[in-house]
Amino acid sequence: MSNDTIAVNVEEVSKVYRLGVKEQSSEHMVQMLWGFVRSPLQNFRKYRALYTFDDIDLDGKEQSDDILWALRDISFKVNKGDVVGIIGGNGAGKSTLLKILSRITPPTRGNVSIHGRVSSLLEVGTGFHPELTGRENVFLNGTILGMRRKEVARKFDEIVAFSDVEKFLDTPVKRYSSGMRVRLAFAVAAHLEPEILIVDEVLAVGDAAFQQKCMNKMQDVGKEGRTVLFVSHNMPAVTSLCDRVVWLDHGRKVAEGPAQEIVGKYLLEGVETTAHRVWKDPSSAPGGEFARLCEVRVVSESGEIVGHCDIQEPIGLQMEYEVLKGGEVMLPHFRLRNDNGVLVFVTLDHDPEWYQRPRPAGRYVSTAWIPGNLLNEGPHFVECNLMTRHPDIPQFHLADVVSFAVTGSMAPGTARGDWPGRLKGIVSPALEWRTEFSEG
Amino acid sequence: MSSTSDNTPVIRITPPGKWEVIDFQELKDYRDLFFFLVWRDIKVLYAQTIMGFAWAILNPLVQIIIFSIIFGKVAKLDTDGIPYLLFSTVAIIPWSYMSEAMSRSSQSLVSGQGMLGKVYFPRLIFPITPILAKLVDFSISLVLLLAVMLYYRIAPTWNLLLLPFLVVLMMSVPAGIGFWLSALSIRFRDVKFAMPFVIRMLIYSAPILYTASSIPDGYRFFYSLNPIVAVIEGYRACLLGTPIPWEFILPGTVVSALLLVSGAIYFRKLERVFVDVI
Ligand SMILES: Nc1ncnc2c1ncn2[C@@H]1O[C@H](COP(=O)(O)OP(=O)(O)OP(=O)(O)O)[C@@H](O)[C@H]1O
Ligand SMILES: [Mg+2]
Repeated sequence: MSNDTIAVNVEEVSKVYRLGVKEQSSEHMVQMLWGFVRSPLQNFRKYRALYTFDDIDLDGKEQSDDILWALRDISFKVNKGDVVGIIGGNGAGKSTLLKILSRITPPTRGNVSIHGRVSSLLEVGTGFHPELTGRENVFLNGTILGMRRKEVARKFDEIVAFSDVEKFLDTPVKRYSSGMRVRLAFAVAAHLEPEILIVDEVLAVGDAAFQQKCMNKMQDVGKEGRTVLFVSHNMPAVTSLCDRVVWLDHGRKVAEGPAQEIVGKYLLEGVETTAHRVWKDPSSAPGGEFARLCEVRVVSESGEIVGHCDIQEPIGLQMEYEVLKGGEVMLPHFRLRNDNGVLVFVTLDHDPEWYQRPRPAGRYVSTAWIPGNLLNEGPHFVECNLMTRHPDIPQFHLADVVSFAVTGSMAPGTARGDWPGRLKGIVSPALEWRTEFSEG
Repeated sequence: MSSTSDNTPVIRITPPGKWEVIDFQELKDYRDLFFFLVWRDIKVLYAQTIMGFAWAILNPLVQIIIFSIIFGKVAKLDTDGIPYLLFSTVAIIPWSYMSEAMSRSSQSLVSGQGMLGKVYFPRLIFPITPILAKLVDFSISLVLLLAVMLYYRIAPTWNLLLLPFLVVLMMSVPAGIGFWLSALSIRFRDVKFAMPFVIRMLIYSAPILYTASSIPDGYRFFYSLNPIVAVIEGYRACLLGTPIPWEFILPGTVVSALLLVSGAIYFRKLERVFVDVI
């Protein structure tokens, strides 16, 4: 990879914070008084210790519980024009990483190089002053975010139009509603034109319509070929906006790669099962007198084993089994549960070729195809069963044997369309809507 | 290899710890922000007041009147023959500027901590902003000075040429102190509580209410190390046409330059960890 194409290069970055240094408690009066006398000196050491780590061995085995690795040996590269999402649970270190990239806080170790003009948006409306008017705040906030005065002046009309607060432009911002303030602030931010944009969770504020507007704007920024790094807890937003995703957990990089794949893995985090199970040894394989299970797989349309799929794509549940004794009618079936344990559906094998027909001994592969635009977003768990008919004798019955994640996107033609949030419900079918209109 | 990559700016972010010089180019790149922050300070100061900028005159005026009554009329301090009102006006106007600029500059990082944690720009902008913003009040209060000088029919002399230098000196003293104290106040909020007290002490450390000539000869040199002395005595000589007190101005200038440079270096050394400590 040549250097010309790299926008951000993060090399083994670590950030260590020292949590509040423990207070010493005193047992009696004399100790307490002595504590008061000594405390200025102690406080001095304490505050110095907040940012120097000379006194402790960061690599040593003994880790003081006073030390917090907000980030640990994080490395990744971002190419020019890529939109990269950063995901992870609370306290994973996402904001810390963005703060390092925006030069607000330095790394404890490691280096970052950034090629291009950066703007970062860790909050909307930084530096807004309640006593100043909307107009004045636009200029102030614009320059704080790194625009030149001329640039703000040039875009001023656009910014105002975007914000919808024309009428209040010459009113002090303290008389605005909080929604109006956010609108104005975001309007300024939306008109930044940096080569690299860094955004933290700003989509979390405002009403649904406003979030929609933000999402569209972010999409446009990505399309214009700018490099974007953004943090979000909104997985559908991540999958529909980002090319690539970096997943952090407790300060470490867990995975990095194409957005769909990483978000899928993230959603399945902590889930023991996988998309594929094989029983190599027939003696330990689940099974009964007539049939034995060999493999269970989750497959994509092209037959690849996948742990995740886009909400629009069909996905196949596949079992491979051996019929040991021929002559029985068999009924393979699957049950699907979501992450709340709610049964989504049961599906029985009604393949006309084998329906009510006794099966000879041999190896079989049965696949149930779930169409796209049916399941809702999130993890799903597959239960795999097979029984004989007349009499009904279960041969194997395995709950949560494999799992996969459905990842949402805001694409047209899905149930969500451009709605920014996840839709509730067990399923999320894309239904056909028709509205008839008659005047009067 | 391609020519486009040569002119894209490259930012390298490394762990802190090195001593860094002041990046004047960067400060210059942020001049628009400087402008708006200074302007915000000015604009917001007298927002929703009836008197507005008249406060910039009223504040020193009240001080001058009180001091003139107590020290001029009641205590009858010696002023080398200058009318006490004139004597104190010439000193109190630069002093008000210095004390206000100093206390605001020292508090600038703590009061701007919201911005500090959310956006990057050269941190030196924080303590420098009040130094510039307060110049507006200073300029307005010059009207008061002019009025008093007209009243006593003081004609300008060639000493007035010293004025630009004195203004720079007057700005550099609170700037140097502001750099030091703002950096310290991040860790030790004690600065905030100590500040009013320090300012009250400083007013007696400089010849604002009395003349420098009342200092015994043996202590003159130590006294001259206080750069506030140089500013106050300088203004007197400059505006009233008395002999220029080089014995105060030279040491004062050296000390204030040292204060400014060391303050800036200390500030730069610590500026990157401010956010983590605040
Ligand atoms: N100034 C600080 N001093 C001490 N610890 C800090 C400081 N800032 C952050 N941390 C710690 O660093 C860890 C990572 O925080 P960070 O804000 O980066 O998480 P995050 O991934 O953004 O989480 P969230 O999703 O909740 O926004 C947390 O455990 C937090 O307590
Ligand atoms: Mg965060």
